Amino acid sequence: MDLDSRPAIEADGLVKTFGATRAVDGVDLAVPAGSVYGFLGPNGAGKTTTIRMLATLLRPDAGTARVFGHEIVGEADAVRARVSLTGQFASVDEDLTGLENLVLLARLLGHSRAGARTRAAELLEAFDLTGTAGRVVKKYSGGMRRRLDIAASIIVTPELLFLDEPTTGLDPRNRNQVWEIIRQIVAGGTTVLLTTQYLDEADQLADRIAVIDHGKVIAEGTSAQLKASVGAGALHLRLRDAGDLPAAERVLARVLRVPVQRGTDPAALGARVPSTGEADGTSELVAHALAELSRSGIAVTDFALGQPRLEEVFLALTGRPATADAVSNHDTTKENAA
Amino acid sequence: MSTQTITMETGNAHRAVLPVGDRPPRAGALSASIAFGWRALLKIKHVPLQLFDVIVHPVVFTLLFTFLFGGAVAGSTGRYLQYVVPGILAMTLLVTTGYIGSALSIDISKGVFDRFRSMPVWRPSVLVGAVLGDLVRYAIAAAGVVLFGLALGFRPEGGPVGVLAGVLLALVFSFSLAWLWTLLGLVMRASNAVLGVTQAVLYPLAFFSNIFAIPASLPGWLRAFVDVNPVTHLVTAVRGLMAGTATAGQVGWVLLASAALTLVFAPLAMRRFSRL
Repeated sequence: MDLDSRPAIEADGLVKTFGATRAVDGVDLAVPAGSVYGFLGPNGAGKTTTIRMLATLLRPDAGTARVFGHEIVGEADAVRARVSLTGQFASVDEDLTGLENLVLLARLLGHSRAGARTRAAELLEAFDLTGTAGRVVKKYSGGMRRRLDIAASIIVTPELLFLDEPTTGLDPRNRNQVWEIIRQIVAGGTTVLLTTQYLDEADQLADRIAVIDHGKVIAEGTSAQLKASVGAGALHLRLRDAGDLPAAERVLARVLRVPVQRGTDPAALGARVPSTGEADGTSELVAHALAELSRSGIAVTDFALGQPRLEEVFLALTGRPATADAVSNHDTTKENAA
Repeated sequence: MSTQTITMETGNAHRAVLPVGDRPPRAGALSASIAFGWRALLKIKHVPLQLFDVIVHPVVFTLLFTFLFGGAVAGSTGRYLQYVVPGILAMTLLVTTGYIGSALSIDISKGVFDRFRSMPVWRPSVLVGAVLGDLVRYAIAAAGVVLFGLALGFRPEGGPVGVLAGVLLALVFSFSLAWLWTLLGLVMRASNAVLGVTQAVLYPLAFFSNIFAIPASLPGWLRAFVDVNPVTHLVTAVRGLMAGTATAGQVGWVLLASAALTLVFAPLAMRRFSRL
């Protein structure tokens, strides 16, 4: 393991164009060694393309990047010797068994025939895959495939591990398992660059987060900094009578002093709750808003105070929604505000 | 499952499984190529039905040509069999080489290729391994043709040594030609298109050669094409080796052509692959 204090990743103005699309449009990154860095953004934001450049799979059209001081184009081999990649689509061979995958990769990484078998058996045991070691990966469940994929990435300890949306498509139980695995790997000293569409995931795992949209980093900071910029949380509520919606909107806008969003449900409303700077300020503000609704004779059947959702982070950071299906919501909001 | 899950959630398992000590020395180009060759063999082992083509193809062609046209072309089906078996061997191997291009273009689009390419191994070893693994497929196809021919009454004058030499020569040529399709698979990427092109090239070359027809019986313009067709040269040499009548010139031509194919297309394919 490198013990010097070179950053794990330094990227400077990375650009990648596919035809007319600038998939990555000038990304700068500084990832300290030993940390978990979250790369947060919607589908198509440029997360995977950035990772593919950093993992030496794609050449940047402009800009430079170094991994532990090694240039990703000129010293690709030195970079490859330090990184492991777990792709968005399982980076294991679907036509081989779990055991064969690990033995093959261990052989490629320089293990002897016997060494490769020992290492594969250790990993299968630790990742709860011993029982299915002889089954072809095509027949694995999503969670098993992810575990095998991550196991394949730590056959030798990488200094930097790229995890491209490691939990997309997993159920909550499998997601928790994968998070636990990632924490263990980080505890062993590996730097992790994690891409995700979920703020929650970045929040759980990452020391710092970069928010990426349309190929550009639009915000960077710790999870707390990001959330403070978005507001303390999001209030979602449902009214008993959809006819009260305009009145409820007016009340919430007055008390919370933020734009109110309508959902697809005609009786539902949502609003970001502004950060008050005090520890219990948020819940007081929400309690106040609910009291005001009740005073106006508006019956609320259901309410929840949660973390801001990714769309809300985007709305706050960019003033426009992140995904296509959020566009219609946003337009409605504007009309309502007008 | 549930008890093991608890182990995972308490977490000690993964901590323990991070390897202790230094990582092993890097795999060399040869051992990486062999590892990828092993991967190709495992794929055959898991889906043996993919050999269906290479077994059935020669059986159908042998039966079809020997019994349908053999008597008319060579006077008797027995005599025609002696003529056509070495040709069907060559044809089967040639057609089989065509699959590597489309298989590779499918393989490349999968996530596992990203992993291979992000590993510190000699990059072309992926291709070398695939081509080496395919040699086993060719060998199985060759054995199928020869055994089926023998069962029908193929009695080569060159004996076992001649037959083996003929098969080896056809394998060498196929291995070399596979590099062309490998390059094509890397350039074209759409697997159906790759397969279409290889078939469109290979079948006419096979039919307008001396595999099934006796060149002396053909009209002049067609004969001119058949005589320069590389497949004709390959088949003449293989037939010669099996009959014990091959000349150094015939065998030398095939070896030179094989060397030329490999020297031109293998580096191009490897270069193309490194820049994907």
